[in-house]
Amino acid sequence: MVEVRFVQGNEACALGAIAANCRFFAGYPITPSTEIAEQMSILLPKYGGSFVQMEDEIASAGAIIGASWSGMKAMTATSGPGISLMQENIGYGFITETPIVIINVQRGSPSTGQPTMSAQADMMQARWGSHGDYEPIALAPSSVQEFFDFTIKAFNLAEKYRVPVTVLADEVVGHMREKLVIPDDIEIVARKRPEKVDGQYLPFDAPECGTTPMPAFGDGFNIHVTGLTHDERGYPDTNDPESHTKLVERLCNKVLMNRKDICSVKKELCDDADIVIVSCGSPYRSVGAAIKKAREEGIKVGSLKIDTPWPFPEEEIREIAKTAEDIIVPEMNLGQMVHEVERVAAGEANVHLIGKIGGILHKPEEILAKIKEIKG
Amino acid sequence: MAKQENPYKKYLREDRLPHIFCPGCGNGIVMNTFFKGLEGTDIDFDNIAMVSGIGCSSRVPGYVKCDSLHTTHGRALSFATGLKVGNPDLDVVVFTGDGDAASIGGNHLIHAARRNINLTVICINNNIYGMTGGQISPTSPKGSFGTTAPYGSRDLPFDLAELVSAAGASYVARWTTTHPIQLSKAIQKGLENEGFSFIEVVSQCPTYFGRKNKMKTPLSMHQYIKENSINKRRAEKMDESELEGKIIVGEFTNKPHKELSANIKELVEENSNKGLAIKSAFEELD
Ligand SMILES: Cc1ncc(C[n+]2csc(CCOP(=O)(O)OP(=O)(O)O)c2C)c(N)n1
Ligand code: SF4
Ligand SMILES: [Mg+2]
Repeated sequence: MVEVRFVQGNEACALGAIAANCRFFAGYPITPSTEIAEQMSILLPKYGGSFVQMEDEIASAGAIIGASWSGMKAMTATSGPGISLMQENIGYGFITETPIVIINVQRGSPSTGQPTMSAQADMMQARWGSHGDYEPIALAPSSVQEFFDFTIKAFNLAEKYRVPVTVLADEVVGHMREKLVIPDDIEIVARKRPEKVDGQYLPFDAPECGTTPMPAFGDGFNIHVTGLTHDERGYPDTNDPESHTKLVERLCNKVLMNRKDICSVKKELCDDADIVIVSCGSPYRSVGAAIKKAREEGIKVGSLKIDTPWPFPEEEIREIAKTAEDIIVPEMNLGQMVHEVERVAAGEANVHLIGKIGGILHKPEEILAKIKEIKG
Repeated sequence: MAKQENPYKKYLREDRLPHIFCPGCGNGIVMNTFFKGLEGTDIDFDNIAMVSGIGCSSRVPGYVKCDSLHTTHGRALSFATGLKVGNPDLDVVVFTGDGDAASIGGNHLIHAARRNINLTVICINNNIYGMTGGQISPTSPKGSFGTTAPYGSRDLPFDLAELVSAAGASYVARWTTTHPIQLSKAIQKGLENEGFSFIEVVSQCPTYFGRKNKMKTPLSMHQYIKENSINKRRAEKMDESELEGKIIVGEFTNKPHKELSANIKELVEENSNKGLAIKSAFEELD
């Protein structure tokens, strides 16, 4: 039965995780993400799952990776300082191809910054935060409903590609209350156990979509999992340049080659638009009103909302750059995703940033002012 | 005479040999005592999962033919916590070093002990950072030399067995590589204890600790460790000055109490709505 509720974004995230069959949560309290941990501590025991409040975020990231190898879908949630602490273990998640979900409810930063205020200051950190070459997957919700939906999607992508997935929320989406519709036919990707062929299973081989099914510890495959560069068996192989290249390229390609499956954007009124507003996460909330006013004044403006900042939806942005003259990028930072838009637009359209920090969302008028400035 | 086959070879990933340990390193002795301790228990080897951090000591699980998670430096206990709570039926064993467990992982160590999570932790304490080439560690004796203590360490070292006991572990023992019998017995007890078991093994790194501290051969390190070990019962009757530079060996704690994963399991049993309980990532709710 479809259920309709009125909930806080962080609560919707926890409900989404439970719906996706997450049964392990490890975390450390931090504003503005704490309600997710609190909700998980209430919900998990009821659903047969485990909640552990760890001693810090480094431990939390480690614990969810350990739990994932125990055969559980596992998640943590944090913000600014906490996500910085998790970076090394997130990188471990990439190289060991461990499905985990990390929720980052972004807040004003750097450092302790503005605990209770919103920001999108970690967009690039989600891309490059851990050392090394890797291709992350990240989803950015703009509403309570999307926080629920994208958390489920994050688990599905994590399982499908055996990769850490981040939900890049922010304080606005985390703390607001809105209507949430919980459908009764949610698509859930279950983990696939590898087939048992005597001694022949290679846990780090790549037959399907760039990766291979993973067993749980205790299943009898006796596998070795290491953060060192390894071969298909999982055995360290750190001095051969070819082995390293092969592994890291495969890890990147399993995401890049599946862009079509992973990337998601929402296009509105783009067909005739001279100006397209490319937004991601919360700023999208002000885009509709700005477009309506602009269109009332005869300016043809459209919207492209990026659901998945990573991998960056290059094809979709490239297309927009061909048809529109100008692209406006409102972001709650001093310019991060705008560089990606510029890179992909490659001069085909003029790219304008509306960077805003301090913690308050863009108002529709601020976007409208930029539209008029361009047209003026 | 025919070369004697190591009786524990069956537990090894033979396709990963030879190992990386230097000749005379204590890690091999600890591995053997672990297998001996394991064989003293009812535990099925197939039910063992191993977790380690980074360091020479943390390389041990990679040679054992079981599921093994070689994690990040200092964090083995965090990963092991998730693994054990996720599947409390596994017998989880952690291999770590003095740097891994007590320096970068010190916070995880005291919290895992506080939670009394059912893990068996074997900490190979060679008083030095072996893997990175001989820098001092939080257990390096005052006055000992390392590549980052060229004039001798001035810091007071941690007493790991006391530290972990104070933090709440239910089983704690310290032995050395010169006490293989007592050590394997302690490992056996640790494996059998349902709670956080910490076995500190004072070991030799002839390559770095030995070379920097005028004990170039494995034998001289062995002698040094043996001569300086004092049983806990005897040590209790000695004063501080007599104990300076001594390695106190024996059982430090043996006080079983409820452990974390059992506590969580109980909480879940009391609260879960059976129809909604999903047990793993492999299942689908229909
Ligand atoms: C975050 C991080 N910092 C530093 C290192 C480098 N490092 C690798 S092993 C090691 C010390 C290991 O010492 P110990 O745990 O005592 O192990 P041993 O080699 O002596 O057995 C260090 C500092 C690392 N791998 N990761
Ligand atoms: S460096 Fe020291 S601890 Fe490492 S393998 Fe060699 S002897 Fe053992
Ligand atoms: Mg050491």
